[in-house]
Amino acid sequence: MLRIENLSYTAAGADGEKEIIRDLDLTLEDKSFVVITGPNGGGKTTLAKLIMGLDKPTGGRILWQDEDVTSLSVTERAKRGISYGFQQPPRFKGMTVYDLLKIASGREMTRIECCDYLTRVGLCARDYVDRDMDDSLSGGEAKRIEIATILARGSELMIFDEPEAGIDLWSFSKLTDTFGAIRQAREATLIVISHQERLIALADEIVLIDGGRVAARGTPEEIMPRIMGGTVSVCDRLEA
Amino acid sequence: MLNETVRGVLDQIADTHEFPQETALNIRVDGQKAERRNTRNIEIISKTDKDGIDIHIAPGTKHGSVHIPVVLTKSGFKDKVYNDFFVGEGAEVEIVAGCGINNCGCDDSQHDGIHTFHVGKNASVVYKEKHYGEGTGTGKRVLNPVTEIYLEEGASITLDTSQIKGVDDTKRYTKVIAAAGAEVLVQEKLYTHGDQTAVSEMDIFLNGAGSKARVISRSVAVDNSDQTFYPRVEGNAECFGHVACDTIIMGEAKAKSIPAITCNDVNASLVHEAAIGRIAGDQILKLLTLGLTEEEAEEKILEGFLR
Repeated sequence: MLRIENLSYTAAGADGEKEIIRDLDLTLEDKSFVVITGPNGGGKTTLAKLIMGLDKPTGGRILWQDEDVTSLSVTERAKRGISYGFQQPPRFKGMTVYDLLKIASGREMTRIECCDYLTRVGLCARDYVDRDMDDSLSGGEAKRIEIATILARGSELMIFDEPEAGIDLWSFSKLTDTFGAIRQAREATLIVISHQERLIALADEIVLIDGGRVAARGTPEEIMPRIMGGTVSVCDRLEA
Repeated sequence: MLNETVRGVLDQIADTHEFPQETALNIRVDGQKAERRNTRNIEIISKTDKDGIDIHIAPGTKHGSVHIPVVLTKSGFKDKVYNDFFVGEGAEVEIVAGCGINNCGCDDSQHDGIHTFHVGKNASVVYKEKHYGEGTGTGKRVLNPVTEIYLEEGASITLDTSQIKGVDDTKRYTKVIAAAGAEVLVQEKLYTHGDQTAVSEMDIFLNGAGSKARVISRSVAVDNSDQTFYPRVEGNAECFGHVACDTIIMGEAKAKSIPAITCNDVNASLVHEAAIGRIAGDQILKLLTLGLTEEEAEEKILEGFLR
């Protein structure tokens, strides 16, 4: 179980300090598929980064499987089964896709296994397994490989920050199937930050973040009509 | 018979000390010929006017292989050697020319290898050069290679050079002159640490129509080390050239990259890119999220970068 208690995060900006996350409480059950959505600047990505340890909270605590991980480093959290897919994945000159997936898995992965992960994110494995993870990859390709690293990691809590960004429709469809399969198999707890209706529809629960707080939460059936009907105050600012 | 030190250095620079029978071979240890072997198509002859060898690769040779490693084990020994390669028309050959210095004394050891390649029409050469230094002595290990390459029509060469460890000072100069349709690919890898200094200078002249050059230089400078690059490409006909220099610096290291491209023909197309900086923060963060420590992440990034 992931338990977030009174979490706050204040960042220094040009106009002084800004409270991005405000006293936020959130509990997620194991093996659930949760989509976090909400307007830009509402604190979604910051919340995901705080869970992974990429940013340090200014208040509150994060408990993962009953352990307080608030003061743990990114590495320690990763070792405890938390993983994070970056919105804009970094490139590595000289490192191949196969190398990166091997690092992600933490073991000697066979090429066939590597290819399987690539296929699951909609890439023709044989064309990519030996490619360099450098700027020769398009944004969409790098993004799909990023998602494959999370799948290869096989962690208990997978966080994906806007996995749909920069991905073409066909691959997105494949990706939706992948998320659907993970949900079906109940392999892990999934937190997906997304604006995509098809991903939202797959979720067990939608959490709407606005102004650094949980503005609403519920099943897709409960939340979607409110988003579509504009009855949730933030929804007219949602991205298409 | 090669001793244990020599065999160890050979393992570093040639990945073996036992060379296959089909490989032409010349092992030089402390300025002397230690072993030589010719093959049906490849003949190695000692020069008579100066120190060095001529290597003749017969026209039309396929899958040719030559190893000419040099090992220095005597502290204070300074060696200068001239190696000339004559690659016949249409031949295909791989040449491995590593140099390793084991210096356990207090005097400087130095090897200057002057290599000249005459690559015949439509011949193809892969040239690998690995430099390595070891030893507990205070004497410096110095390597100053000079490589000159003359490519005839349609000839090609891949120059794969790396200096990964233990060489205190190096001054490298490479010159390539390419005729019509000739191609050169230079892949240079360099790692300096401690107080080491490295200077790499390169002149590529694309003189013939359709000639091409690609230079990929990747280097890492750590501790107090210092690196300088001068890759220069001149286009004198319809040609294409691309130079990309990437350096990662860490600690107190310094690096300088001064690329120059000159077009003397309206149909010449030359590009250069150069970047120097520390390891990108997002690369480290990504690997931390995969469970590596910061040290492990750095190691993996550098390992890939210099592969």
